Amino acid sequence: MTLNELKIGEAGVITTVGGQGALRRRLLDMGLTPKTRVMVRKVAPMGDPIELHLRGYELTIRVDDAKNIEVEREDKQ
Amino acid sequence: MIFALGGNQNCGKTTLFNQLTGSNQHVGNFPGVTVEGKSGTVKGHPDVTVVDLPGIYSLSPYTSEEIVTRDYLINEKIDCIINITDATNIERNLYLSLQLMELDIPMVIALNMMDEMRENGNTIKIKQFSEDLGVPVVPLAAVRNEGVDELIDIAIKTAQERKRPSKKDFCSGAVHRAIHSVAHLVEDHADRINVPPRFAATKLIEGDEPMMNSLALSDNEKDMLEHIVTEMESETGTDREAALADMRYNFIEDVCSRSVIKNGESKAHARSVKIDSILTHRIWAIPIFIGIMGIIFWLTFGVIGAALSDGFTMIIDGIIGLIDRGLTSYGINPVVHSLVVDGVCAGVGSVLSFLPTIVVLFFFLSMLEDSGYMARVAFVMDKALRKIGLSGRSFVPMIIGFGCSVPAIMASRTLPSDRDRKMTIMLTPFMSCSAKLPIYTVFVQLFFAPQYRALAMICLYVFGMVMGVVVGLILKKTAFHGEPVPFVMELPNYRMPGLKSVFMLIWDKAKDFITKAFTVIFTASVIIWFLQTFDTRFNVVANSADSMLALVGQFISPVFRPLGFGDWRAATALITGFSAKEAVISTLTVLMNGDVAAVASLFTVQAAIAFLVFTLLYTPCVAAIAAVKRELKSGKWAIAIAFGQTAFAWVVACIVYQIITLF
Repeated sequence: MTLNELKIGEAGVITTVGGQGALRRRLLDMGLTPKTRVMVRKVAPMGDPIELHLRGYELTIRVDDAKNIEVEREDKQ
Repeated sequence: MIFALGGNQNCGKTTLFNQLTGSNQHVGNFPGVTVEGKSGTVKGHPDVTVVDLPGIYSLSPYTSEEIVTRDYLINEKIDCIINITDATNIERNLYLSLQLMELDIPMVIALNMMDEMRENGNTIKIKQFSEDLGVPVVPLAAVRNEGVDELIDIAIKTAQERKRPSKKDFCSGAVHRAIHSVAHLVEDHADRINVPPRFAATKLIEGDEPMMNSLALSDNEKDMLEHIVTEMESETGTDREAALADMRYNFIEDVCSRSVIKNGESKAHARSVKIDSILTHRIWAIPIFIGIMGIIFWLTFGVIGAALSDGFTMIIDGIIGLIDRGLTSYGINPVVHSLVVDGVCAGVGSVLSFLPTIVVLFFFLSMLEDSGYMARVAFVMDKALRKIGLSGRSFVPMIIGFGCSVPAIMASRTLPSDRDRKMTIMLTPFMSCSAKLPIYTVFVQLFFAPQYRALAMICLYVFGMVMGVVVGLILKKTAFHGEPVPFVMELPNYRMPGLKSVFMLIWDKAKDFITKAFTVIFTASVIIWFLQTFDTRFNVVANSADSMLALVGQFISPVFRPLGFGDWRAATALITGFSAKEAVISTLTVLMNGDVAAVASLFTVQAAIAFLVFTLLYTPCVAAIAAVKRELKSGKWAIAIAFGQTAFAWVVACIVYQIITLF
């Protein structure tokens, strides 16, 4: 599944980061690398972008870009 | 000695810079965001200069700030890099540190916000941490001024000993081998342009185009590079970019696992999440934003600003009165008296009285920026801005534009794409700047009944924004047709803005404004006075309608007849407005012999509205146009914006006038 498919409050572990060019590099630079745990914190009022929690901080990216990030959903305890 | 202060955004860099330099700074700049390299002398160390670099996350060429920083560090002879990091968010902060270490320049890491770490029951084992990273590490609480002296001492020592970072290998295996092979391959080229081969190698592997171009590799070398990288990719099973980012983060995780002790969650973070549950709430976010902006404008223009301005005006009038009486009783030549009182005092005084309002507006804008709320605004508004082809990040420069277009245009530097930057710069002037405020205030007071004045002001601001959207849509469909721009942004923890830095900023702004009043406005007032006092034969005129200025104004005024204000004085005021918008009012005041209220006789209500619309939309002042030229590195763009905006303003004001005269 992809990152945008996680529901609010759900977390997952990144498997691959797709896309290309400068944007993809920025996603990697900001810490969205494989094996990183990401939680979807919230969705902006107009439905886009989304707010993520990773590596102890909050990052916002757009839904279209989240579609390029493959994740494995973490089971809730 | 020259130190460069670098680090991520929102890690307390500006606070540290202010602590280091005190008031010995050279370039005063805009709210929170460091948009231009400021520099200053370190307190107690007159031989040490520290340069404040832009806040960046990486040295990859993503934004122009990253490129500027990289070029600066490579080309200038820096004695030591002070890399400030946020200890509460250390993993991501170290990502930049590792890249800085590759530059092979003596370096010190400052671990900021250690006070916050301790409050949360967490800590970092400094000695272990420093050994693992191979650079000196100094714990810091910049807000409380703790650790700043130690930091400076260690930085000086590091610089004197030329102690470069000792750690350069962040991994072993395939990536390590690839970096070494490439470094070896390009060593000669890198030496020639003074780039550390190691840094060149990692950038080349990441596919960094500016680096590729500046190294000027031969085709043969390019083939070998490609071969090395492909081999690395097949061995690691990932692509080149991911492999290097992964390498850095793995190293960081490893270092942190040994020296960062986390017992509790960050309180500042928990608090931010709580605040955001309201401020970026699905339903309440937008109403709250509109409410906050409404309150700021109401306080600035309605309550605090107006009260302060009234008081200030009384003081200024008092001083002018004193000068007037003094000169009269001295029996000075009437022409000189007129120059001082009707020219200089009337012009400069009319502008100076707006100082309090402008300071109050800047105070609120910088509070929004420093607290972290601006980033939330970008998050909330992103989708709306995408409709005109921009991203939420463009919203910040635009809001700053309500203060002054110059820093707003400079703030556009944080935007990742050239197209975004151009478009944001073109739209920023539609956010009515505070220098136009005197014009609105005077006109609204003269032409509207008291109960409609606030509404009229708000309508002007909203009208400007609506026109901005219209132009944005037109641009998106025509000149800036293209890909939707990326939007990747940190939402920093909310923090109480440091009062010291807010007040330093306000002081800077006030100083700028006063300087402008006594230079640009002063000169403009004297020139206007001269032109309106003498005729072409340099005789003093009895009636300013016979003066040189009247001739110029009369030549241009027919252009404005379709807009309802064909009087030469209105045309003259608009021309002087190009030097600074406040000059429109100072000119009108001088032309009406110091009597602002007499301006009412020049316009009908409809013409006054058309005049306001025209001033709202016409060319930004010369300082803003110069900023455009600097930021876009293009005189053509700057001229195009000046003329384009004026033509647009004429058309819109003409339409407005023709429509409202029908009623």
